[in-house]
Order: sequence, then C-alpha cells, then structure tokens
Amino acid sequence: MAECHPVGFQWVMEAKARGAKLIHVDPRFTRTSALADIHVPLRAGTDIAFLGGIINYVLQNDKYFREYVVAYTNAPVILTEDFADTEDLDGVFSGFDPEHRSYDFHTWQYQGLAVQAASGERDQEYEDRGGQDRERVSAVREAGRGEAHGSGGAKIPSGSPDTDETLSHPRCIFQVLKRHFARYTPQTVEDICGIPQETFRQVCELLTENSGRDRTTAFAYAVGWTQHTVGVQYIRTAAILQTLLGNIGRPGGGIMALRGHASIQGSTDIPTLFNLLPGYLPMPHAYGNQTLDTFIEAESTEKGYWANMRAYMVSLLKAYWGAKATPENDFCFDYLPRLTGSHSTYETVMAQLAGDCKGYFLYGENPAVGSANAKMQRLGMASLDWLVVLDFSLIESATWWKDGPEIETGELRTEDIGTEVFFMPAAAHTEKAGSYTNTQRLLQWHHQAVESPGDARSDLWFTFHLGRKIREKLAGSTDEMDRPILDLTWDYPTQGRLAEPDAEAVLAEINGWDSNGRPLASYEQLNSDGSTVCGCWIYCGVYANGVNQAARRRPAGEQNWVANEWGWAWPANRRILYNRASADPDGKPWSERKALVWWDQEKAMWAGHDVPDFSAAKSPHYRPPAAARGAEALSGIDPFVMQADGKAWLFVPVGLTDGPLPAHYEPQDSPFRNRLYTQQRNPVRQVLPFRHPDNRLQPSGDQPGSELFPYVATTYRLTEHHTAGGMTRWLPYLAELQPEFFCEVSPELAAQRGLEHLGWATVITARNVVECRVLVTDRMTPLTVQGRRMHQVGLPYHWGVAGYTTGDSANDLTGMSLDPNVHIQEVKAFACDIQPGRRPRGPARAELVASYQRRAGITEQTGMEI
Amino acid sequence: MGVRSWIEEWPVLRQVADSDPLGRGAAAKSGASKHLAPRVATADKVVKSICPYCAVGCGQNVYVKEGKVVQIEGDPQSPVSRGRLCPKGSASLQLTTGPARRHQVMYRRPHATEWEVIPLEQAMDMIADRVIKSRRGRWQWEANGTRVRRTMGIATLGGATLDNEENYLIKKLFTALGAIQIENQARV
Amino acid sequence: MADGVPGMALAEQPRQWGQRMAEALAGEQDPAAVSGYPEHPPRVGFFTDTSVCIGCKACEVACKEWNHVPEDGLNLTGMSYDNTAGLGADTWRHVAFIEQRKPLARQQAGLQHETGPDGFRWLMASDVCKHCTHAACLDVCPTGSLMRTEFGTVVVQEDICNGCGYCIPACPYGVIDQRKGDGRAWKCTLCYDRLGVGMEPACAKACPTESIQFGPLDELRERAAGRLAQLHEAGVGDARLYGADPNDGVGGDGAFFLLLDEPEVYGLPPDPVVTTADLPSMWRHAVAAAATLTAMVGIAVAVGRVSDRDLDVWAVPTGGAASVARS
Repeated sequence: MAECHPVGFQWVMEAKARGAKLIHVDPRFTRTSALADIHVPLRAGTDIAFLGGIINYVLQNDKYFREYVVAYTNAPVILTEDFADTEDLDGVFSGFDPEHRSYDFHTWQYQGLAVQAASGERDQEYEDRGGQDRERVSAVREAGRGEAHGSGGAKIPSGSPDTDETLSHPRCIFQVLKRHFARYTPQTVEDICGIPQETFRQVCELLTENSGRDRTTAFAYAVGWTQHTVGVQYIRTAAILQTLLGNIGRPGGGIMALRGHASIQGSTDIPTLFNLLPGYLPMPHAYGNQTLDTFIEAESTEKGYWANMRAYMVSLLKAYWGAKATPENDFCFDYLPRLTGSHSTYETVMAQLAGDCKGYFLYGENPAVGSANAKMQRLGMASLDWLVVLDFSLIESATWWKDGPEIETGELRTEDIGTEVFFMPAAAHTEKAGSYTNTQRLLQWHHQAVESPGDARSDLWFTFHLGRKIREKLAGSTDEMDRPILDLTWDYPTQGRLAEPDAEAVLAEINGWDSNGRPLASYEQLNSDGSTVCGCWIYCGVYANGVNQAARRRPAGEQNWVANEWGWAWPANRRILYNRASADPDGKPWSERKALVWWDQEKAMWAGHDVPDFSAAKSPHYRPPAAARGAEALSGIDPFVMQADGKAWLFVPVGLTDGPLPAHYEPQDSPFRNRLYTQQRNPVRQVLPFRHPDNRLQPSGDQPGSELFPYVATTYRLTEHHTAGGMTRWLPYLAELQPEFFCEVSPELAAQRGLEHLGWATVITARNVVECRVLVTDRMTPLTVQGRRMHQVGLPYHWGVAGYTTGDSANDLTGMSLDPNVHIQEVKAFACDIQPGRRPRGPARAELVASYQRRAGITEQTGMEI
Repeated sequence: MGVRSWIEEWPVLRQVADSDPLGRGAAAKSGASKHLAPRVATADKVVKSICPYCAVGCGQNVYVKEGKVVQIEGDPQSPVSRGRLCPKGSASLQLTTGPARRHQVMYRRPHATEWEVIPLEQAMDMIADRVIKSRRGRWQWEANGTRVRRTMGIATLGGATLDNEENYLIKKLFTALGAIQIENQARV
Repeated sequence: MADGVPGMALAEQPRQWGQRMAEALAGEQDPAAVSGYPEHPPRVGFFTDTSVCIGCKACEVACKEWNHVPEDGLNLTGMSYDNTAGLGADTWRHVAFIEQRKPLARQQAGLQHETGPDGFRWLMASDVCKHCTHAACLDVCPTGSLMRTEFGTVVVQEDICNGCGYCIPACPYGVIDQRKGDGRAWKCTLCYDRLGVGMEPACAKACPTESIQFGPLDELRERAAGRLAQLHEAGVGDARLYGADPNDGVGGDGAFFLLLDEPEVYGLPPDPVVTTADLPSMWRHAVAAAATLTAMVGIAVAVGRVSDRDLDVWAVPTGGAASVARS
C-alpha cells in the first residue's frame, strides 16, 4: 500500500500512531513492510492456503463473532445431502463435469428451497434444455456472469431454507465450512506458503484479538490478489474470514480493494467490459427467442434490490434508445448484441490472430506492455486491418510495427505489416471535465482548467464525434443492421471552440430523469414501464436536484469524519456498504466505540454518522410477510441488502463458476505439487482458448521438465511508475527515480545462479525471455516450502522499448491463463528460470525459448490438463 | 530613479541602515528576491481536479495563468488526501504540460516504415469509414443458429483513467454498433 | 536615513559594529534578527521524521516541479531504491534508502536468510539543505547571492550568483553545488517564494505521511523531542535527533532530522562544523580595517561615484572568509 497508494497509506500511519498493528503479507519486503509491525513473506500464489489456515484457526478456537455470524450470515443454513466437498472428492466439488470443465451448481443448494432450474448463473430456457446443451451452458458460464451482480448477489431459488441457529447441524454451512478448512493447519500453511508456524500463530492471534464487538480489523489488498487463476476465490477467502470475525459493514473493517487507476472502479460500474451493462446488469447471452421478460426472469432475484432489475434495465434501454424504446418493441431489447461465451480482451487477441477482429481502439491503454503475454498482444495487433491509439505519447502499442521486439528478432518485418495505425493525441485530465470513481466508490468531479493543445482531444470528444460521423454516413440506411445506431439518442450539447460535449449532460443521463425530465434522486424511483430514463442505476442520485453531487467539495475540516459532503458515493451516497451490520440485530451499535449507524426508536428511523445502507424506516423488528418481494422481502436483520437473501454468504450456492468455497490450487505454472489435493490446479481455470505456439504453458509440480523452471516469479509496480508506463516512463522526473528494468533476487539465489548486483540477468519462461539489471537484496528472502529451499524473483512490469526510460517487458514472460469467473490473467505467480548475463539478440532470442521448450518436453498439451 | 532612491537601493547602505552588519540578509536581498511572486499566488484561477493516476482519488488544485496550467498540487480540503500527493501525482504538471505529449494526429499507412502527420478531421473521417466497413464485414445475425445481432469486426480496450462519462459513451456507441468486444483495464 | 551619511556614522563606532558582526556569525540563535530583520516572522524549518518515511520520493518530484529543477540523469545506482544518489544543484531533496541486517525495535521482518544476523530493516530518509544557524555558504559568498531571509532560512539568489563556487566547499554537508552548463550554485530555498505568501514548501506539502514537517523551528524542536521520547518508549532505542541541537557545530540546523541510526549511515557528517568557525574572532581583528573601508565607500556614496569595481571592493571581507573555508 505504501508502494502503490502512498497517499492512502497516510491513514494506515494514522492508525499506527493510535496503536494499530500493521501486518504486511507479501513475497517481498517492500516499502510497506518497512513500516509494518510484522512482515509475512509467503510463496506467491498461496494466499488461499494462508487465509484458509486463519479461517481454520478461527473456527477451531471459537474466535468467530457468534451473534453476528448467526444473525447476518448464511452460516445456519442447511445444505442438501447432495453436496460433496473438495475434501470428499480430492480437490473438486460435486457437480464437476470434466468433459466441459465446468460445474453444475445443483448440488450446492440450500435444503428446503423449491427446486428450480434457473440459478442466476444461466438462463431458464437453457437450463431446461438439459444435458444436450452442456456446451452452451459452459459458454454462458464462461461469459463472466459472476461479475454481474458485482454490487450484490446472484439469484437463489425461492422459499426459505432450513436453518439451525445452534450451528450444530452437520450439514449447516458453519459445519461444512469447519470441515472444509480442517486440513488447513499451521503445518499445512507452513508447507504450502513457507510461513513458519510461530509467525502464523502470531498473525492469527493479532487478527482475532482485534476483532469483535469493540474492535475491527481491515484487510487491504492491491489487485494483485485478482491476478491468479483462482483470483476471485482469493477475495472470497478474505470475505469468509472477515465475515466470521464480524468485520464487514463496520467502521475500521472491510476488505478494501486498492485499485490502481483513477477510475477503474468507474470502469466496472459503468463498464467498458464485454459481459456487463452499466450498473452490473448482465449483457444478454444468445438464446433463441429471448425476450426482455425471459431475460429479467432469469437474471433478477426475488428478494433484495436486484428484484427491481427490470426497472433498471428498462430505464437503461430508454437512456440508449429514447422514444424509440417502447413497451411494444420490448424497449429495443433486441438491439443489444448477444454474447456466446467469453469475449474478454484475451479472447479478442485470439480473434485478431484468427483474422476475425479487424479493427481495434486503444483508449489510453498499452497492452503491448501491460497485458499478459505482451508478445501475443503485439502479434494480435499485427494481424489487424486498422488500429486507433488514443494516448499522450507514442506508446509501445502505437509503435510496435517499427520498434517492437519482434522487429528486432526478425519475427515481424515492418514492410510486411499491413495494419494501418492512427495515433490520436489525447487530452489530459486538466483539459476536460468529468468524474472519476475512486477505489471507495466515491465519484469526484474534475473540472476543466484549460483547452487541450493542438489536435489533442478528450475521449468524450472522440467518441461523440465518431458516433456523430458514423450516424451521418449511415443516415437514410434502411438496413435493419443499422437501426440500433441510427435510433440511438446521441444529441449531447457541445461547447467551446473544439465542440467538446458537455460532460455534465452525460452525467445527467447517467443519473436519469422522470417522465417530466426532472432529475431522479434515487434508484428507488426507477420504473419498469418506460417512464424513467437512467443510464446507470447505481449512480442514480449523483445528479439529484439537477446538482452535480460529484462536484461537491465541502472541506474536510467542515464536516464529520465520514465526510459525506465531499463528492458522492454509490449507492445513495453511502460511504460504508452494508453498514446496518454495524449495529446488532436490535439496531444498537455493537459497541459505542464502533458505532456507525443505529435505529432511533423515537423517530422510528435509522440514524448515524454515515447514510444508513438500509431502508430508512425499516425497523430491526420488521419481518416480511410471506408474499413480499424485492426490498420488502428483506427483514430488519438482513443487512446485506443487495444479496438475494440479505445475508453475507460464507458459502456461495450460486454465482461462482469454480466452487462454493475456496480451495488451494497451485498456480498454472508452479514448481510445487498441490500439497492438499491430487487436483493440482483450479480445474475450471481458463486456458483452452489460448492454445498457441507463443503461449506455451509449463510442466508443473513433479512433472518432468518442471525442474527447468525452478523459481517463482511475481510482477508488481513501483511507487515511481504506473502500470505499463504510458503516464510515467515518458516523464523525466519519474524516469530518473527508477531508470531501468530490474529484477530483485536474494543473495542466496544470486550465489546459486552467479548473478551479480547491478549485472544483467536473463529470465526465461516457456513464452519468452527478457533481460534486466540485477538487484541483489536481503528484501528478497528464500522460503522453505515442502521441505525445499525456494527462491522468488521480483519483476516490476512497467518497461517497454519506447519512452524516456526503456527496457524489456516483464509481461513478455507471462502467459494467458485466466481466472474462470472474471477472466483475469495469472501474472502474480509463475515459474521461471534465471541466468546471468544478457539475453540473445535477433533470432537467437526465440531459439533460446525453443530450447527450453524442447528440454522441458513442452507441447501444446502441456499445462492444459484439468 | 532619483539619486536618493538609487542610493537607498545600494546594498552597502542597506547593510548598515537595516541592522544587517554583514550584509547577508535584508541588505543583500536582490531585486528579484524582493519581488518574488510564486506562481500559485499570481495564477488567474485555481481549478479543482482529481489526480489521474491511482484510485485513491487525491484532490488536486490546478493553477492556471493566461490559459496555461502553471502548477498542480494537492488540495488540502480533500478528506481523501488532505493536500498530499505521491511522486506520480506530484509529476502531474510534467505529465500534462511536458514535452513528451504529442499534439498532432499521426498515421501509419499499411506497410509504411514511418509515420505521417494528417489533419484531425481527415483522421476522424477515415476511422468512421473503417468502423463501418469492419462492422459490416464481420456482422453476424446468428451464431450457431441463435440470434446474436452483432459484429466481431471491432474491439476496444480502454485504460481506467477514462472518466465515467467517457466510458458511458464508449459503451453506448459500440453496443449500438453491435460490438461486444468492449474491454477495459479493469479486466487486466 | 536622513541623518547624513550612514557610512561615516558607522566609522565612528567600529567597536560596537564589530561586536554585532561577531554575534551575527556565532552564537546567535535568531539569525534573521541579526540579518537586518528586526521585525521578522518566526524562524521556520523542516523536521524530517525518518521513522515514518515510506520512501515514495514525492518530495523529490514536488520540489523539482515547483522549482523547475532539471532532471539529472538516468542512473541505476544499485543503492537500494535510491537512484538519486545525493543532494546537488539538480537535487534539492534526496531520499536515501538503507538496507540493514539489524532489527527495527520490535518489528518482525520475517526474512529467512541462510547467513547473517537476525533482523532486517529498510531505512528511508529524505535529505535536504540544513539551513544552518551558522551557514558557511553564506559566510563565504562574495557576491551577496547567498542570503539569510526574514524566515531565518538561507537562499541563493540566482540573479546575483556569478558562479564563483566558493560556497561549494564551504558547506559542511556537501549540499550546495554548481549546475552543469549554468555554472551558478543551486540548492533548496525552503521554497522562499511560497513562504512569502504563507504557503508551506512543496516537499512538505506533498509528503503523504508527514515525514517532512514544516513550521516554526521552536515548535518543530518541541514536537521532535516528543516524538523521540515516544519512539524510545516504543523500544526504538536507535532513534536520535540530528541537527536539532543549537549548540552543535553549526548552531543547529533549520532543517533537522529524526534518524534511526548513526548519521554516517545516511551519508550525513556525524559532527558537522561550520567551516567558517574562525570567522568571528577574525572579524574582531579585522573590524577596524573594515570600518575604514566602509567609510571610504560611504564617501564614495556621498560623491555619487560608485562603479562596479567599488562593489567588488565592498565584497572583500566575506571573500576573505571564503579563503578561510578553503584552507
């Protein structure tokens, strides 16, 4: 956190000054470790074992917050007899279909619920077709449906499940959890992670001592946690632990994703992601004769706020197609293109190589350096008809055709590359107005200070005028194909000499308005009959009363510590999600010290420091009538209002593609056997679509050839640079602070491989080789894993061939193997070799890779096994 | 300048008269030092902004003079950042006004070995034509017998420094064009 | 100033004037007061608490941005994460990184190296010009470019500096330096321009963890003492203040530090002494000559015939000090 979010780290320092203990878990001793009380180095890629071990400690020693767990989680819920755990099936859960590499979720259900085919992850009709359409069901799962409902839970069947509030029924989730993690002992943690048992015990004690009524513990992770073939389950493990400890929805608690880009949260909320529409509404998948009704039926929930999904969806369709969207034409639902599986950025690369994808826009993104297997990214771009790069400088993704590594090796020749490339200079944040959503869901408006220079334009300008031109060129077309673009509402007012679209007008559309054109104040006002317009339901209220709430800037010193009048947070300006959980079932704060919101009996309202994330007038003693649906169906003790049952899920009956509970699997390329199960890797990880000569995977564990890649590499950022470097490597003031690509190794590894401090090293994987300068440092520690001395190699991933400071790209080493839920690449843990000296030049570079592949016996099948 | 005021400006005189016996303080103050005017104080306006790097969302004050950004620093009023910035945020001035930024549209023809500069308007026209062509060329009404109404010909990948409003328009436009391969750093 | 020719008046009281000079050079803890600012704001400075430094280098960048200090080379030094290497004409804030095999109080580094003693700590410290109470650079500057401000800080006035370079060897910390291709001397100004409008220096403002604290020196010294006691109580026995003592060889620093090890570890001199330490006594001896000289200049003023050469002559006394520094 000190490394990548230094200004956020001030609050950690503030907490430390008040006596908080800081535990830093990281393979490397970083600038964060330097200020921590305890640094816990572990083998990269083993966090589930580590966190699972803590869960086991909590459960075995009764350290969980019992009242919280019983009232607010699904711990008492009883599962059906059909569920079988990884502990029973040696590393897979019941429902595993090896042929399609996917799970059937039916056996993960709650006992007592009506048997229902649709389960949130798939559409009703598909499920009804049964086994004959397994291919398609797998495809739907591949489509990243777990991300939909990113602001809440997936659908569960209707009815009330059987529960046991004593938590003793052998099939209640609490007991299932206890059995599942029972083998995650301190010894197991030591064997897998390389963490000594004494250190581990200390961590367990600190965590549990600092959780409960009077104390809370916060987890913060940088999104390296997501960059694993089990990335979502990493977060799940932390969620289970924090829920057991009662650290969710309370001040000083939570699991904070420290995201790395100014509006990366906004980019998921108002997504430019293939599988989502604004507000985590799922993009529709291709089914025969699907209507808006069947779509809603399959995707919405019965209880909680997702029950109103039709209102959100219809209001979005009205925002897109305005008056053309009518009840008669299903509000133009048919205009939405349909998915047929995963179409993530990595599949897009494969589509480019296959010649299917012809044109590519890069809006301020540098995949030639920043995406996994950067060489494949470049090769994909070399297969395009045209490429448009919008950026400040001539980044590697704009210039690979003349100076990319493949030009130097002779694998590509500039004259042979037919791709047209447009470089469009971009406007800076000071040259445009708009909102960023920061990592705490806070929208903050930045005002325009000056006009952009020369031809530089905002992405808002580019997109608006491109759309305008396309519509002009297609005007008059009667082709049905063109209806969605011609019927689109695309009439934003422009201003100034450059005809810049008015960003606030776009924000107003995102917020939405009623049938009289009045700005809406809350998503609770959205209707499903087409009378409201709203571009992103979770952002509804950001333009309440026609005022740009994101631009509010009441100084910190002039308001309370929650600072609700600075910017605007979704949903409904609530700063801590699910904060009803900060009070006990009766509505009283668990302790005065940790008070946040509470039930004011006199006023019969929820009150507090923060905006209560709960129906303001719903008493803690409210219990819904049997027929209730939507928010009404949640009781006064259901704090997790976006979940289908209002509870925190320790066990996930629907919504995840790779299991209802986290289990430790080894990374795709690992020098170690899975110590817990015969199942080596996540059985449903996504690798098959990326079979390609330039994306070879490695033998793992005790497979022959794995000894050629004995070290564990991990990639990361430095404080002085930003991701793929487009905003830092060109700046002299930052370049001089970290002027070269380096690797970090321990003195012991340096001795083992003959690496010299400040000398050169060549790092090798089955994909590629790179060279870097060597920093031999005590900050990199060897660990003992499964009785073996194990070394890790640290690789910052900022560099590329262009810019003011240049170097090889660490992402040339990484492969495309993805988490199956969200299609994020595994770049935080992979096996490699390291040798002293510089890498070969010209064709010899590829030859070195080929020789490793030959010696390791690598084929197109390697690493593809279940 | 009259003789008297000229004399009063003279360091030796000031050295003695200003109780600065060694002439290393008030007496040594140069004209430039006396009239120092920090550019934050002489700016025409201060514009409220947010740092474009990581997702902490630090407040920035952007100082503008004569239509140019002359300084960017932390906004002390922000409850998020309390006026502080990291090295990247502190380099925002160089990011936005430095020489590394390109101000012209560049075009690389198929098989060409060099860039050429083309007008913005022409580039926009060319890009619009290519979108229409690639969209049509790879249009699909059906896939495996099911209606999909989409094009596989166009893809986008956005960085996550895009404003919400920009993301909204990108998603809206490309979805209406039938493109589905719309992606973002948020995946990476 | 209407009372005749000041130079003449001064010549009548050489003894008292010499005494004031000697005071101004040694022992005086209110450097602004003896530098022509009878009414002046409190002396300000930096307290850099390295125990909370996270090594982010925001100070380095914020300083360069504000002061338009040029980038000075891409050099991977191998000195941990320090690629700046030291203070100089183009580096007015420098963050040192020290990797040590010894523990930081009760911190558990968790490293499992085969050899070497237990414990590891990574120290970081942002260095800067010390703005000494007795500033040798100031003593030796022959042009009046180096100046004591009303805030008690020491600045180089670039419109005066002629690049003679006398100040460079005079600095006991090796801070001030000549810029290549420019020749003039440059160093931290403690953002003199910003102080003038009530703003804090750019580095202190940017510092995310309040490792760099700016304020009235008295307050900072008090705060530092409190912090030191707190750290000692927390078991950080190595913690010590550096440059906070008004009785040290430079009369205390306007920019002082809380360090976690010996100053040498951070590249700081253990016992800095103002290189012009002999100057006060020299002044007492030289005072008559100086007074005479000033009187002569005063006469020159009276007749209104002052040339550049005369100004050079006036500069001699401090120029003489430079030779002391160089010997």
